Amino acid sequence: MPPLLKIVLQRLALGLLTLFAVSIIIAFVVELLPGDITQAILGQTATPETVAAFRKEIGLDRPAHVRYVEWLGGIFHGDLGQSLASKREISEFVGTRLSNTLFLGGLAAAIAVPLALLLGLLAALYRNSIYDRVVNLVTLTSISFPEFFVAYILILFLSVKAGIFPGISNVSTDLAFSEQLFRTLLPALTLTLVVLAHMLRMTRAAIINLLSSPYIEMARLKGTKPFRVIVHHALPNAWGPIVNVIALNLAYLVVGVVVVEVVFVYPGLGQLLVDSVSKRDLPVVQACAIIFAAVYILLNLLADIVSIVSNPRLLHPR
Amino acid sequence: MFKTLLSAPISAKLGVIVIFGYVVVAVFAPALAPYKETAIVGASYELWSDEFLLGTDNIGRDMLTRLIYGARNTIGIAFVTVSLAFLVGGVMGMLAAILGGWYDMVISRVVDILMAIPSLVFALLLLTVFGTSIPSLVIIIALLDSTRVFRISRSAAMNVVVMEFVEAARLRGEGMAWVIRKEVLPNIMAPLLAEFGLRFCFVFLFIAALSFLGLGIQPPLADWGSMVRENATLINYNDITPLLPAVAIAGLTVAVNFVVDWMLHLSSGLRSDQQQM
Repeated sequence: MPPLLKIVLQRLALGLLTLFAVSIIIAFVVELLPGDITQAILGQTATPETVAAFRKEIGLDRPAHVRYVEWLGGIFHGDLGQSLASKREISEFVGTRLSNTLFLGGLAAAIAVPLALLLGLLAALYRNSIYDRVVNLVTLTSISFPEFFVAYILILFLSVKAGIFPGISNVSTDLAFSEQLFRTLLPALTLTLVVLAHMLRMTRAAIINLLSSPYIEMARLKGTKPFRVIVHHALPNAWGPIVNVIALNLAYLVVGVVVVEVVFVYPGLGQLLVDSVSKRDLPVVQACAIIFAAVYILLNLLADIVSIVSNPRLLHPR
Repeated sequence: MFKTLLSAPISAKLGVIVIFGYVVVAVFAPALAPYKETAIVGASYELWSDEFLLGTDNIGRDMLTRLIYGARNTIGIAFVTVSLAFLVGGVMGMLAAILGGWYDMVISRVVDILMAIPSLVFALLLLTVFGTSIPSLVIIIALLDSTRVFRISRSAAMNVVVMEFVEAARLRGEGMAWVIRKEVLPNIMAPLLAEFGLRFCFVFLFIAALSFLGLGIQPPLADWGSMVRENATLINYNDITPLLPAVAIAGLTVAVNFVVDWMLHLSSGLRSDQQQM
């Protein structure tokens, strides 16, 4: 079996195992509650009859492992359970929410990744110049900002003062694609600014790290132009750590998307998660949590595999 | 220590001054604030005036007072949380490095699995179950962050545990606690301190984000994250007042990041010195 396939399958199996363990944690988090979740949710209306009825409804009268197997089995059939608040089938609305969130994340990634690579490359090319120092300062500052701060600044300048973009992103599938794109642009821009800094710094650091290698010195002594030295000789070896950071930042986007969705009232999975937490709608929270965890694990897996594949020494271990 | 401070780059010096300023405001909040934390002193959304230096918020509380008390609440809670995370994660990490074997393997697997869930999502899940009181907030975030601290402390301690002086200490018959305190801990202080700064930033932003989402520090306690959310409608009227708590958050994290950047620079220099020996 080709080594690449073997490694991919190995990592995939590890990822699935982790996802399985995570699903157990998510399912059993309810058990940890001191006292009873029914008491906590019903609050004042908790008479013995309502408590019993509620427990039957969310299935607490059946033993824990039975519930877990049912839940897991349901997921494989696409049945994520019922929302406590609205009594609707969760799988009905989770699908559109998930695709919205992926659209937002994808748009942000599409803008951020090429920009980060280009700017990071330039920073490595002109290292220790004014451009590099400014970039260093700006990125260090921007990774310290909370996402909602960036979001509100963008709203203030691009929406209120300039009036170009709408402050609220009411996206729905019946809109034309260009209109959807337009409304999603501001939240995507926010996310871009958040992850751009990380990727830029890493690109710059990875390339600079390689620039002290002997073969780079040789290339310079040969008289190769600096741009070609970096792109043709240094960059291919820097791909490993760079793509690793890109994948990790994509995974971070999964989390950052929650706050941004709330600020822009974007109808995605993050907004759903936050709303359900406030309403203590546990089945929805569990469903969202497992979806987020799965995407996160998948992206981390990707980072892992790419960092192995890009290093031939790891790909063909002795 | 002052000598190293004086030789720091401008950004780090600025960072230290800013951090000191924040700490002073947090500690002396009752003395500095013009009004009481939860007192309603005027109409909603008053403009900046002599009576209310930064105007009032959405239900008429003085903005400046809320900002000052917010420093105390947010910074205080973040600090306690990070300290707890370091206590748990740091000790576990050092134990894992020293004991090795089964203990190390099991704990590392458990930590890996816990880290496989994105922290915001996990925190939201746990907050749904346990409610959003301050103790549960502190404990949940501390436990989630202790996993990251565990990683760092374990990898740093691993490098120290294989040294001869640790082996000599154990052969002498020193107990586990002694070895941790006197041999391992002093040698991993530098990366741990840098990590403390980074973790503080992260927890600080995390609590601000949770409060912004309405699931962190609850009203009427002043907190910068929830203040941003409460006064957000003012942005539509071209007023920058709601951004002030966000600027306060950003200011502290930038300052801490600058200082940590400088500290990492220092500690990596120190490590290369030790290797030359």
